[in-house]
Amino acid sequence: MTHRLRAQNLCHSFSGLTVTHNVTLNLPDGARTALIGPNGAGKTTLVNLLSGALRPQSGDIRLGDRSIVKLPQYARVRSGIVRTFQISRLFKELTVAQNVEIAVLQRHRASFQWWPSRSRNACVRGEVDETLGLLGLQSKAGRVVGQLALGEQRLVEIALALAMKPQVLLLDEPGAGVPQGEGGLIMEAIESLPKDLSILLIEHDMDLVFRFASHIIVLVAGAVMAEGSPQEVAANEQVKDIYFGRDGHAPAH
Amino acid sequence: MSAVMKPMAHVAPSQSRQWMSCHGEFMLLVVGLAAFMLFPQDLGLLTNMAAMSIFALSVNLVLGQAGIASMGQAALYGSGAYVAGWTALYLSTDPILGLMLGGLGGGVVALLSGAVMLRSTKLTLVMLTIAAAQLLLELANWASGITGGDDGLSGFSIGPLFGVWEFNFIGSTGYFYALGVLVLVYFLLRNLVDSPFGLTAKAIRQDPGRVEALGGRVYPHLLAVYTVGGLLAGFGGALTAQTSKVANLSMLDFQTSAGVVVIIVLGGRRRLSGAVLGTVAFMTIQHIASTLNPQHWLFVIGLMLIFVLIVLPEGLIGIVDQLVLLARRIGRKGSAP
Repeated sequence: MTHRLRAQNLCHSFSGLTVTHNVTLNLPDGARTALIGPNGAGKTTLVNLLSGALRPQSGDIRLGDRSIVKLPQYARVRSGIVRTFQISRLFKELTVAQNVEIAVLQRHRASFQWWPSRSRNACVRGEVDETLGLLGLQSKAGRVVGQLALGEQRLVEIALALAMKPQVLLLDEPGAGVPQGEGGLIMEAIESLPKDLSILLIEHDMDLVFRFASHIIVLVAGAVMAEGSPQEVAANEQVKDIYFGRDGHAPAH
Repeated sequence: MSAVMKPMAHVAPSQSRQWMSCHGEFMLLVVGLAAFMLFPQDLGLLTNMAAMSIFALSVNLVLGQAGIASMGQAALYGSGAYVAGWTALYLSTDPILGLMLGGLGGGVVALLSGAVMLRSTKLTLVMLTIAAAQLLLELANWASGITGGDDGLSGFSIGPLFGVWEFNFIGSTGYFYALGVLVLVYFLLRNLVDSPFGLTAKAIRQDPGRVEALGGRVYPHLLAVYTVGGLLAGFGGALTAQTSKVANLSMLDFQTSAGVVVIIVLGGRRRLSGAVLGTVAFMTIQHIASTLNPQHWLFVIGLMLIFVLIVLPEGLIGIVDQLVLLARRIGRKGSAP
């Protein structure tokens, strides 16, 4: 199995505070990897490092056999690494369709086209509809994003990433802030993502993690404490101690 | 309101856009012609309104659409005015050439200053734009040999429009010239705002970091927006200079920059029509109130601004929207069997 995304010995610190310590991780083709860890373990920082929002102080990141660690964020996105945000960052005054359209336009490098064109519109709209269809959002296409329910906004967040047709998808707590009733919607959406897409999922909800992941990485204090199959991780004494609590139940977040 | 309108626009994009496609320009033309009939005594004021509307449209693009926090747009407007004046003095009296070069002047100043300033955001950017405009003002003041200093740049004449129509004493040529350019600029800008370029600009205003996370490049985009804004502001300045036959330092000063921001907020900063409506409202009040009380006319503007900010977040154009909606509802009731 080939590794699509490899991070080697990533280190990063904020004014002396080490938040990422010697992290190495591999995402194979079609990976379903979950990244778990207590609050403040540096999970989001790791996503920032992988996506290029932050430049690691040392270490290497390779996409396929190409080092991308020096590439700025936009170039990494264009090479296929796309992320979502823990707190939805959407264009709230625009409609759902327009939000996705912005992503589609970026992927086609068409954001500088300065005249509305009917043929391009049709092509872009086709892709927008297709993306919305993947997440069951067609009926919301014309709604202004700021007026959607939180769960629906989370779906739009994923839709933006999917519209980029990524090779590697970094999902930063896609279920964060979603009311209980709407959580299933997100999970269904994630489970129906294309099989060959490599996904790194950050999530606190252990049910979700174990349902989704074939590989789990446990991050504690910026370093990888354990990794392996869900069974291995669940059986790991250290993980039980630090993360799940001694009685084996996941702590509430 | 917008929530009601937008889904409709999406469900039937081609039809509604086709119908809408010349709506704004058509309205402008009709209102412009009506104003010509109704206020033949005030053609000078109406001409200034048209030129100022173009400036306001430019600021709508830069500030209202792309969210570039600029308080120094007068630099671009004034540049256009001086370049148009110089063109008439030293190069050619052809108005179209002067207009084009004026726009180019505004665009070049925007490109150069924007290249430096647009790496910053928020308050830093506001301060930089003010500083840049202030620098240009002082430069123009210092180089009085070519700018005329405090007296302004005058004494140039403008040749006939297209070599046919002389700029006459009553000012009808000047007015139709300004109105024509305004309609054209409105048409171009409306399409620009509806294009991928404009949509991306709106996205950058709302969350530049998110655009970058989608592979977008914010800085070049903003620089392009700012340069187009400079071009349009330059057109506005050139038109003002050509029709009033003077370019002076006040066109570069802070009050002009602040005034145009007030105009677009007053009219509605998210909409192009708001920029034009804001200009008309602002200049009408300025005209009437300053006649009644030359010292304190800004008091009325201040009151109106407060009223709009608190009651009409969408600006004066929000009232027009409500009226149109009301008229449609009544029309529908009337046509129902």
